[in-house]
Parts: sequence; structure tokens; C-alpha cells
Amino acid sequence: MNAADIPVLSIMLAIPMVAAALCLFVRAELARPIALGATLVNFILGVVLWISYDPAGAQWQFTESAQLFGPIGWKLGIDGISLTLIMLSVFLMPICIGASWNSIQKRVGEYMAAFLLMETLMIGVFAAQDLLLFYIFFEAGLIPMYLIIGIWGGQDRIYASYKFFLYTLLGSVVMLIAMLWMIQFAGTADIPTLLNTDFPVQAQTLLWLAFFASFAVKMPMWPVHTWLPDAHVQAPTAGSVILAGVLLKMGGYGFLRFSLPMFPEASANFIPLVFGLSMVAVVYTSLVALVQQDMKKLIAYSSVAHMAIVTVGLFTFNQQGIEGAIIVMLSHGLVSGALFLCVGVIYDRLHTREISRYGGISVNMPKYALLFMLFTMASVGLPGTSGFVGEFLSLAGAYKVSTWATLIATTGIILGAGYMLYLYRRIAFGPQANADAAAMQDIDGREMWLLAPIAVVVLWMGVYPETFLAPIRRDVATIVERIERAAPTGDSKLMAADPSTARFRVVHEPKKDVAEGSH
Amino acid sequence: MELNASLSLVRPEIILSFSALALLLLAAWMDQAGRLISILAVAALSAAAAFTVSSLGSGSSASAFDGLMVNDAFGNFSKLLIYIAAAVSLTIAPRFLEKAGAMRAEYPVLIVLSCVGMGIMVSATDLISLYIGLELQSLSAYVLASFVRSDGRSAEAGLKYFVLGALASGMLLFGASLVYGFAGSTSFAAIGLAMDKDVGLGLIFGIVFILSGLAFKISAAPFHMWTPDVYEGAPTPVTAFFASAPKVAAIALLMRVVLEAFGSQELVWQQIIIAVALMSIIIGAVGAIGQQNLKRLMAYSSINNVGFILIGLATGTEQGIAAMLVYLTIYVAMTLGGFVCLMQLKDKDGNYREEFSDIAGLSKTRPALAAAFAIFMFSLAGIPPLFGFWGKLVVFNAAVAAGLLPLAVIGISASVIGAFYYLKVVKVMYFDDAADVIAESDDKVLVWTGGILAAANSPLGYFAIPALGVWTAVAAKALF
Repeated sequence: MNAADIPVLSIMLAIPMVAAALCLFVRAELARPIALGATLVNFILGVVLWISYDPAGAQWQFTESAQLFGPIGWKLGIDGISLTLIMLSVFLMPICIGASWNSIQKRVGEYMAAFLLMETLMIGVFAAQDLLLFYIFFEAGLIPMYLIIGIWGGQDRIYASYKFFLYTLLGSVVMLIAMLWMIQFAGTADIPTLLNTDFPVQAQTLLWLAFFASFAVKMPMWPVHTWLPDAHVQAPTAGSVILAGVLLKMGGYGFLRFSLPMFPEASANFIPLVFGLSMVAVVYTSLVALVQQDMKKLIAYSSVAHMAIVTVGLFTFNQQGIEGAIIVMLSHGLVSGALFLCVGVIYDRLHTREISRYGGISVNMPKYALLFMLFTMASVGLPGTSGFVGEFLSLAGAYKVSTWATLIATTGIILGAGYMLYLYRRIAFGPQANADAAAMQDIDGREMWLLAPIAVVVLWMGVYPETFLAPIRRDVATIVERIERAAPTGDSKLMAADPSTARFRVVHEPKKDVAEGSH
Repeated sequence: MELNASLSLVRPEIILSFSALALLLLAAWMDQAGRLISILAVAALSAAAAFTVSSLGSGSSASAFDGLMVNDAFGNFSKLLIYIAAAVSLTIAPRFLEKAGAMRAEYPVLIVLSCVGMGIMVSATDLISLYIGLELQSLSAYVLASFVRSDGRSAEAGLKYFVLGALASGMLLFGASLVYGFAGSTSFAAIGLAMDKDVGLGLIFGIVFILSGLAFKISAAPFHMWTPDVYEGAPTPVTAFFASAPKVAAIALLMRVVLEAFGSQELVWQQIIIAVALMSIIIGAVGAIGQQNLKRLMAYSSINNVGFILIGLATGTEQGIAAMLVYLTIYVAMTLGGFVCLMQLKDKDGNYREEFSDIAGLSKTRPALAAAFAIFMFSLAGIPPLFGFWGKLVVFNAAVAAGLLPLAVIGISASVIGAFYYLKVVKVMYFDDAADVIAESDDKVLVWTGGILAAANSPLGYFAIPALGVWTAVAAKALF
């Protein structure tokens, strides 16, 4: 099989679309297996993509190009960063469908269709190589998510769905104007070309701010994060998983794909802004998380804190920091997704997210308590779990730029341990004060199948992160090389390399000459 | 010979004029011939459209009647759009009017006559022919607005439209007389030449009055006040017609006047257009928020959309004009679709409903209708991947290309306000509990028209982008 001839990415986009259309017309009993089947097929295709991706090959692989829509080019292609995020999406999707298997009972067909559409759009965002195509996928995700929150959400779902939609839309429309300007300036909407276009420094500032408006809301960064707790709390479990797992990553991906390599000078100038907001976010949202009474809200605030570490890592302008940021994104996608699933498991039994309604459930739900603990630890950043690898790398990278920012951002890990362990203690340990919580059944086979795969990947990423670092290393190096000219000097006083530590250092070769299309 | 050549250039108008007269005669001879005459009128519109299609792709331009009218790609593109919109308005009307007891033969005849007027509007190159076309269209429209005589609302709408429309016509005429007085000619080309040399205060006054009169016709703020009342009161198929064909004609007319007559003095009119565009966008968006009646909502939506279209004109570039035509085309599809959905809102007794409370939970009882309605709403809001997004994109692209960045940023930010009320329609249909007042639609014509328009507004519409791009580019070139 010659992978270059088969439009794998288009197929991965088409499968959920077709399945979504099918789901609209069939009964609930059929819609569920169709959705699960489609997402599993896409996951298998994702694995194929992962295996046949050559980390040393061309920068953009599996490229496709067709002139279907006039100025909007149907151009797809992935590099290592896109690959890992696409993998994250296709990995979480079957789990989301499984999580909704019993808990969604009304309008199942439409629900599954919305999720499948969401999957197409997520993959599209990460695979698009045309600026306008990217924008279409990026914005279109608002519609299914609006419907998911609004139709299948909780009590205040309508307020939350509006807030989600309008907040993100307002952030994005200005970016569209910036994109149009860029296309006119460069004469093309081709992202690989734009990546190597040098925009005038004057214009970069405005363009950067326009993109920042969109990605900061999507990320979300303090102070434009307030839509996230509302959306998370009101969304159904699977909606929260997708929101935290993949949609938030679009912000980080945007910074990485557009803001940094396209506007290096502006990015460097705005480091104080990004670091400042991130520092506030880490401390402030962690403290807010500490006092939450609602489990989902607590995890939502913890997401904001974790994403702040991502932004710190991204704007370090060095290999470690950016690699770390990507690993935090992947790790957070898995861990917060899993935490929302854990909340969903007990919510399905007791129908409340109030922390005080639980307690001591490690007695009656030992298997659940074990998994929940694993994900709690991963969220805290315990060595051996995925959280540690990412946070360590991005903070180590940040140290080279700003020791103060690193110092404050690192408190996030301590505070994170505070609120997560506090949450875990209140739910799993202590006296079994509530009879109904004490009577809950342990997780069944279906729930095990949802949580166990994530647990495996979280440990895998924690113990052997090389699997996930290998495909992104070269692409991160490309970005670092591109932005090097604007890299900040940093305030840490680095010593000359000590020969005795040479064996711990990985020397990254400068970009090798590779034969084009040799994948 | 000269006359023959001129006549051959206005074939669509001739066909439509004679058909209108013939149909009127036929109606006099036959009783209850409303439906038959509607069908014949659609046939006449198709025949007229056939003459416009042939010259869509060619950039040829020929002047008729000593420069009173012109036959060019721009006019032909606009005419095609007008005829299609009019044909759709004719197709969807019979059941509605029968229910209201007003399916009389005058309806199709008036629409055809209005189309003649609109054809003259979009190809006029002289203030006199402009006014004749505008009045022919307007007078037909006043009667159409009050077509359901027995209904107080309809009569009120007609009267309101007439009084305010006459005022606007007066303003336009006053402006035209000033322009004639100071430029020395009524021909666009001659006015353009005169303006090239010198623009005095008198000419500026004339331009302001002409633009105000035209702003009224396209229901742009601050001359939009009549729109919600007339849209609400007029019978729904007539409202669908008002929101589509005359709007195309009036906007096309505005483009031609501004560019051919005043084109050389961009600074004089650009400020006005920018102000009108932004006011329309914001007033259209904010005004719609409190509305409970869906037809009023659509009226504000059309004010809002006109604002976006005018952004293209504010650029004054060929790209901007092409973008306006693209937006207009998509706008016609969106707004007609919205009205087709509205017309399917019938309760179990067969009465037409048009309030927000009636569509509560529509997605549970009538999923297909709700989905189509949602598509039109998201498309009007300009959310990708629906086709309405493309219209907004090309217009803003033109604004960016012309260096009007602040205008583009303010305009697109204001579109978020507009998104709020479009979302409200979706929210009521999808999130609220079912009110269950709307019955199954028994009108297959509406179902099919709605379906086709919904498909056009869905991402499938993107396949039309290349063709649309070519035609609008050729059409825009004709104005420069």
C-alpha cells in the first residue's frame, strides 16, 4: 500500500460525516453502534497514520490538494504536531461515544450526529493547510458544540451555550480579518508558505493581537476564561471530555502553528503579556479551584491553570519549553478527559456534582477509586505519569527565559496538588456520610473500557515519553529555528556546560537533509 | 434601425411587459385563474431570464435608447437574480393567498410588472430612466403590500409603504433635480464627467438626497423604519419578494449610480456609505434582539445584511462590487429560504403562525423544518461552514484589500451582535420545550423549495464559488 496515493486525511474527515448523516435517520439503537463503529474506524486509521508517519521524512506528510472551492483550497497535510493532536482526537472520540451510551436517552441520533460532526471538524482543524479552510473548521465547531451544550446540557445550559458561542465567535472574527490581510500580503493562503513569510514587524503586532484574541479565548487564558467553567459544568459528560480534551488544544495549536512561526518578533515582544496572564491564571484559577463545591467546576478551573503552563511553555522560544507545552496539551487532554469521565461515572449514579454529597466511596467502589487516584496524580504531575513529563519540560524551558515566571508558574503544581488531593480526599476517603453514595455500585465493564485505555496511555506517556516526543521533535526544532532570531535572552545565568553531565544531554542535530516524500 | 437595435437590447423587458399585459387580459376573461396565471408568469420570467443568461460570461456592453439604458453583464447578472427571486416568490405564494382569500390574477401580473421596473432600474444609465424603473417597481410593490385587502395589517402595511415610499421618491427626485441643475445633464456618464472637474455644494446636496432616497429603497439605516412594519403586515410571500428581488434591484441601482455617476469623486460618497453601512449593521442587529415576531426579525435581519453588502460598495473597487454581487446572491438564497420556512409554520387549523412562541421546540415535532430553519439562521449569521459565511468573507476581503481595516474590524465585530438573535431562533427551536402548535406541512412546493434552498446554503454551496466568482467578476468589470 502506497500511503501517498490514498487520501487518508480526506477519508478520516469523510467517515464521521457520512456516519453523522446516517445517525440522523436511524433509531437510537442503531445510531449508537454506527457512531461507535465510525469513531473506531477513524481511530484505526489514526493508528495507521501514526505508524506510517515518518518522523525523519518530509515536514508535511499525507498532503492532499484540490481546487474545489475557488479561493478556498482543499489542502490537507500533517506534521508531527498535527499528528499527535489528531491522534488525541480520534482516541478520545470512541470513549466519548461510549460515555454517552446510557446517559443520553433523548434524541440519540442527533446527539451522535453532532459528535461525529465535531470529530470531522477537529481533525480538519489540525490537518488544514489552507488558512481559510482552517478558519472554516475552527469556527464551524461552534455549531455542534452549541447544540450539544444547549440540548443535552444541565440546568443552566442555555446561558452556558450562548456564552460559549458568542465569546468564542467574538474572539475569532477579528482573526478572520487578520487572515484576510495576511493572504493579501503573501498572495497565498497556503499555510506552509505563510510559515516562511516574513511579515513587517509593524503589522505583526496587530496580526498577533488579532490571533491572540481568538486563541486566548479558545485556550482559555485568564481573564477570558469565564466561559469555560460554565460550558463544562453544563455540558454532558462527553461534551466536557471533548471540550477539555480537544477543543482547548486548538488554542495552543493556533499559537504554535500561527502566532509563533508567523509573527516571531511580535511574539517575542508580547512575552511579558503572555507570561503575566499565565502567572495570574496559574495562581488565581488554582485558588478558585480550591474552593469549588462542584466537581466539574473544579476540574474546569484546573484546566485553565494547566493551559497557562502550556502558554508559558509555548512562549519560551526553546525546544524544551515548546515540546513540554505540547506534552502538557496531550497529557491534559487525556487526564482532564478522564477526570470528567470519572465525574460522569458517579454523576450517572447519584445525579449530583456536589462534592459534599459523596465521601468514602473508596470502600464501595475500589476499582473506581484506584483509577480516579491515578488520574488525580497525573493531574498533579506525579513522576511516572504524563503530567510530570510535560510540566517539567515546559517549566525547565521557561526557566531559561524568566526565573520569576517559572517560580510562580511552578506554584501551580503545588496548588494543583492541593486542590486535586483535597477533591480526592473528600470524594474517596473519609467517613461514608451519605448512605446513597455508600450504596453505589463499582464501575462496570463499559466504564472500565472507557477509563482503562486512558490510564494505559497516561502511564505510557509518563514512563516512556519518547514515543510522543519523537514525532514532534523535528517540527518543534523547525519552529525554534524559525523564531530564533527573535528569541529573548533570558534572565537565568546559565553556566558553561559541565563535562560531567554530558551524558544526560541530548544533542539535537541541526535539520538533516531528507529526501522529499520518502515516507 | 437605431430603434431596432435598442429594442433588441431590452428583450427581457419587452417579453415581461407584453406577458404582463396578456396575462391581465387573460385574467379578465377567465375566472379563478390565479394559479394558471402564476404558472404562465413563471414561464415568462424564465423566458426573460434565458436572454440574460446568454450574456453572463461575456463582458460586452451596449447602450440603448441614446444612453438611457445599457445592456451589460452587470445588469444581466442582477436581472437574473431578480427573475429567480420573483419566480420563487410566485411559486410559493398560491396556497398562502388562497387561504387568505386573495389568490387573484393580479398578484402574478403585479410581480411581473415589478420585474419590468426592476429590469429598468438595474440597466438605467440616466436619472430619468432610473426614476421610471424605480416608480414602476415601487407602485407595484405598494399594491402588493396591501394585497390581502380584508386584512387590516396588510392594508396598513401598504399605506405605510406608499406614504413613506413616496417621500423617499420625492427626496430622490429632489436630489436628481439638483444634480441635473449643477451637472447639466441627467446621463450618468455626463454627470461623471461634470463631477470630474469640480464638485460644488449643490452637487453634494444632490448626491446626499439621491443616496438618502436610495437608502430608503434598500432599507438601510437610518431610513429603515418602514421595513419591520411593512414586512410584518404584508402577506408572507410578498414579504419574501420584498426582501429579495427589489432589494437586489435597488442595491444594483445604487451601485451603478454611485460608481458611474459619482465614481470620480469617491471622497464625497464614501463617508456616507460607510456610515450607512455601519448603522445598518448595528441597528439591524440590536433592533432584532427584542422582536417576538419572526417576520419582524427577518426585517431587521435584512437591514443588517444590507449593511454588510454596503461595505463592499464603500470600497469602491471592482473587487468590492464583485463581492457585493456574491453576497447579494447568497443573501437572496438565505432570505428566501427563511421565508419559505416561515410559510410552513401552520397550526393544526391551517392558520399561519409567525411568533417565537409558536416555534418553541420545533425540532422535536418537525425536525426537518427546524433543521432547514437552523441552516438559514446560521447562514445569515455568517457562521462557517454554511454558505452565508462566504458572502461575509468576500465582502470583508474586499474591505481589507481596499485598506478599510477599521471598517472591516468594526463591521465583523458587530456581526457577533447579529449572531445573538439568529442563535435565539435556533435556541427556541432546539432547546425549549415543544409547544407543538405547528402541524405537518401539506404544501409539497414549500417543502421542496425549502429543501433546495437549504442545500444551497449548506456547505454544498461552496461548489458554486468558482462559477459565482467568474460571473460576478465579469459583472463588476462592466461598471468600471
